Amino acid sequence: MAKIVAVVTSKPEKVGGGLPVFHAEDQKEAEGLAHLMEKILDAAAHRLEDHLYILVDRH
Amino acid sequence: MNALKLLDHSDLTGVVMGTIFGVASRFLMLQSDYRQYPAYPHGKLIHLALGTIAAALGSVAVPALLKKDFTAITFLGMAAQQFRDVRNMERNTLSAIDKQELVPRGTTYIEGTAVVFEGRNYLSILTAFLTSMAVALSSWFVGLIVGLICLGIVIRFRKGKTIKDVAQIEFAPVRVEGPNVSVGDIYMMNVGLEESQQIIRDVGIGFVLTPRSDDAKVTIANLGQRQAILHDVSVRLGVYRDDGEPGLLPMAKLDLHTGKLGVLILPREHERAVALQAVSDVPLLEAAVRMPTQANRHKGGMLPNG
Repeated sequence: MAKIVAVVTSKPEKVGGGLPVFHAEDQKEAEGLAHLMEKILDAAAHRLEDHLYILVDRH
Repeated sequence: MNALKLLDHSDLTGVVMGTIFGVASRFLMLQSDYRQYPAYPHGKLIHLALGTIAAALGSVAVPALLKKDFTAITFLGMAAQQFRDVRNMERNTLSAIDKQELVPRGTTYIEGTAVVFEGRNYLSILTAFLTSMAVALSSWFVGLIVGLICLGIVIRFRKGKTIKDVAQIEFAPVRVEGPNVSVGDIYMMNVGLEESQQIIRDVGIGFVLTPRSDDAKVTIANLGQRQAILHDVSVRLGVYRDDGEPGLLPMAKLDLHTGKLGVLILPREHERAVALQAVSDVPLLEAAVRMPTQANRHKGGMLPNG
């Protein structure tokens, strides 16, 4: 099953729980972070809302 | 002169001709095609050597049986054991390679290929057996004709059915709206990064496969068959993908309402006719073919035919 390995958001008040959450200043920074993390973690970045990305590991 | 002497000796003629036709049939079935397997010389060598053994066993069985040496048939049993190992060998090789493929074949495709490799050795035995028998019971000339007929049958049935026999294949536009990617009306996936979305917009080609019958619906819904489509098409058209790029993933998704299959590929080659041909030529996997309409016609409560 796919696993969420990290969350990137510019609205930290909207997410919570036991996951690594990366805070970004704005949407642009969030996209940049998600891009880097996709390459580093080899986990696909998905955009749920404009300010919210999840990195999903399917291995 | 020696060759003429050979013709006087019907047992030996039968064995030699049987073996030759058996090996020839194995060789004809071993042509590497677009799937590029077995493309490497040593892979071919292994299968030709095994094909020779198979053909020799098949052709030797006839004179042995004619001399009422019935224990000879146990050799064929031993041969069957040997060729089951061929299936294992192919399965192991392909599974090992599969881990390093950008678009893997998938286990169903591997299993199908392995079964074909085993089955073709038996066809080689059969060709050798029939040719040898024709020589032993009649003459070398009849053996020649029987051998040629066998080769003809082998060539005729070398290729199985393909996807275009069960589904109608059409191009469909690839739409990327925000993070959502769809092919025609079929939702494929969510791609988060703008960069990946742009690549999919630029290089993505979409197909919609409409099943031609209710049986075909089950077949193209099979996950192994879908992976086979993605693998074969990626081999023929190239693939715009790399390790560590999980966002760029060729994929096939089902429209649950209609049973249509949406296929998104990211090819290097963008010639539309070539792309259509590549999808049309994907072989139909034995393991994916189901016949629910036929099964439902029978009365219930029957045990499976075994």
